[in-house]
Amino acid sequence: MSTTTRSPDTRGLDYLEIRGLTVDFDGFKAVKDVDLTLLQGRLHFLIGPNGAGKTTLVDAVTGLVTGTGLASYGNQDLLTMKSHRIVRAGIGRTFQTATVFEELSVLQNLDIAGGVHRSAWSMLRARRGVPTYVEEALETIGLTALRDKPAGTLAHGQKQWLEIGMLLVQDAKVMLLDEPVAGMSAEEREQTGELLQRIGHDRTIVVIEHDMDFVRSFADVVTVMHAGAVLAEGSIAEIQADERVQEIYLGHQPDTAAETGSGSDADEETTVTGEGSHRA
Amino acid sequence: MSPRNLSLLRTFAPLLGIAVLAVVMLVVAPAVLSPFRLNSLGKYTCWAIAAVGIGLAWGRGGMLVLGQGVFFGLGGYAMAMHLKLEAAGPGNVPDFMVLYGDGTMPGFWEPFRSGPFTIFAILALPAAVATVIGWAIFKRRVKGAYFAILTQAMAVVFATLLVATIKETGGFNGLNQFTQFFGYNLYDPVNKQMVYSITVGLLLVCLLIVWQLYRSRFGELLVATRDAEERVRFLGHDPANIKLVAFVVAAMMASVGGAMFAPIAGIISPSDVDATASIFLIAGVALGGRALFLGPALGALTVGYGRTALSEAFPNQWTYFLGALFVVVILLLPRGVGDLPRLVRTTLDRRTSA
Repeated sequence: MSTTTRSPDTRGLDYLEIRGLTVDFDGFKAVKDVDLTLLQGRLHFLIGPNGAGKTTLVDAVTGLVTGTGLASYGNQDLLTMKSHRIVRAGIGRTFQTATVFEELSVLQNLDIAGGVHRSAWSMLRARRGVPTYVEEALETIGLTALRDKPAGTLAHGQKQWLEIGMLLVQDAKVMLLDEPVAGMSAEEREQTGELLQRIGHDRTIVVIEHDMDFVRSFADVVTVMHAGAVLAEGSIAEIQADERVQEIYLGHQPDTAAETGSGSDADEETTVTGEGSHRA
Repeated sequence: MSPRNLSLLRTFAPLLGIAVLAVVMLVVAPAVLSPFRLNSLGKYTCWAIAAVGIGLAWGRGGMLVLGQGVFFGLGGYAMAMHLKLEAAGPGNVPDFMVLYGDGTMPGFWEPFRSGPFTIFAILALPAAVATVIGWAIFKRRVKGAYFAILTQAMAVVFATLLVATIKETGGFNGLNQFTQFFGYNLYDPVNKQMVYSITVGLLLVCLLIVWQLYRSRFGELLVATRDAEERVRFLGHDPANIKLVAFVVAAMMASVGGAMFAPIAGIISPSDVDATASIFLIAGVALGGRALFLGPALGALTVGYGRTALSEAFPNQWTYFLGALFVVVILLLPRGVGDLPRLVRTTLDRRTSA
C-alpha cells in the first residue's frame, strides 16, 4: 500500500490517468501534485476531510478550474479542453446539489441529455416518440413510472438518480459523482450503490463521498485525499488499517498535515466524517 | 378528454391562436377600420414582429435585450434607403443629400438601388451584427444586468451615430417622403393595404417560426440554458452557441419589423430606434407575457394602441399612464397579463383543495 498508483493494467480497458495535477488558487494550492489512475469497471471512491481538494480535483478534470499537469483520457489532455468538449469526449459529472431541469419532465430531462449525439438540424425538430437509449436509462434508474412527472416534483434521491440517468443517456464513459448519496435515506443509499455497481462494468465511476458506511459497502478502490494531496490508496481494508488515515479522521493534530504543507482549514471538519473510522 | 387528445390540443392550440389572429387582422380589421387606423395597426404590427423575437431571446432565453432598436433600425434604414432611392429615380441621389451635402452619394448607398439586395441586407445585416456582438458577449459569459446594460448602450450609440451623420443618413430627421414600395405607389390606399397585409403575413410567419422553435429540442435546450446554464454546459453543449442562435433570430425579426415600419409610417428616424424605442418594445413583451407564445405579439399590439389612444386623449400626460400600467403589471403580474388565466386557475385549485 503506497501513495503512488500502480501502473495501469490496461488489457483493453479504458482509463483516466492523472499525473502531477496541481490547482493553484492565487498561491493556495488546493490540489498538489496528484497522481491517480482510474480504471474502467471499478467503483472508485475519493474520500477525505472537507477542504481536502476532492471537488477541486473533479473541477479541474472537467474544465471548471484550470489545473497544471496531465489528465489524459483516450489520448486527449482534458486540462486543455473546454468543459463541453470534455463532456463530448465521454467524461460526465454531477454536482453536490442535484441540478435537474425542474420544469421539464423526467423524460425530457433524459432526452435533453442525449443532445450531444444529435445533429444541429435534428435539434430544430420536435421530439417524436422516445429513443430506445432514453427508455433504457429510464429503466436502469427505475423511474419509468414517473417519466411524465416534472423533475421538480421528484424526491431528493430520485433527482440524483435522474442525474445519473442523464449521464447514461449522455453515454459518459467516465462518471464523476460528487456526493451522490448525501441526504438520502439508508434504503436509497443501498439502491444507489446497487445502481452504480450495475452500470459500473463498462464505465469508470468515481464517487466523492463522506459517508463511510456507503464507502465500505460499495468501494472497490478508495483514495484518501488530505490537504490537496493523495494520502493513501487501496482497498477499504487497507485504508482502514492505515495509521495516517486514522489520524486525520480521528481529528488528532496530525504530523502528516505539517509534512504535506498547508491545509489549515482542512482539519476543522474532520469530526464530521470521523464517525466511520471510530467504528473501524 | 383523453391524455393524448389533451397533449395534441396543447401542441396545436398555438396554431389555433395564429389562425384567429390571422382572421382578425387580415379580414376583420380591414373591414371595420378606416385606412388611417389600419395604417396605425400596421405600425403596431411592426413592433409586434420585433416583440416576437424578444419573446424568444428574453422569455425563453433569459436574455434581457434592451437594444433591439438597433436591429429594428438596421432593417428600417436598409428599407428606407431603398425607398429613398426609388423615390429619387434612377441615377438620382436622395433629396436630403443635395440639401445638406454636396449632392454626392456615399458608396454604401449604391447597392440599395437593387430591391433583391435590400431584402437580402434586411436579413443578413442584423444577422451579421448580432453574430459578432453576440459572440463577443456570450463567449465572455456576460449575462444578467450587464448584458442588458450593454445592449441598451448599443441603442444609444446607434442613435447618436445616426444623428451625427446627417449627410449620410438624414441625421435627426431620418429618412422620409417615400413614394413607392417596390414599384407600387404608396399614395394609393389599395397599395397601402397591401403593405399592411404583407406586414401581418410576416408577423404570422415569425409566429410560426417561434412555434416550431419552442416545440423543438432546441426550444427545450434554450429554456434549460435560461434556467441552469452551467448544467447545460455539462450536457456537452456550449451555452454561448444556444443563446447566440436565439439572439440572432431575435435580431433578424426586429430587422424585418423595422423594414416594414419604414413604408407604413412613412419615416424612420433615430427616435424610432433609440433606447426609448427599444424600451417600448420590451414594455409590450413584458405586459403581454414574455415566455408565453402569443404574449409578446399581443402585448406589443396593445402597447402600440395604448400609445395612440392615450396620446390622443391626454397629449401631455400619456407617458405617465403607460408607465404606471407597466409598473402595476410588473408588480402584480411579473409574467405578464397573459399569465392571468394560470394564476386564477392555481388560486382556485388552492381554494378547493384547502
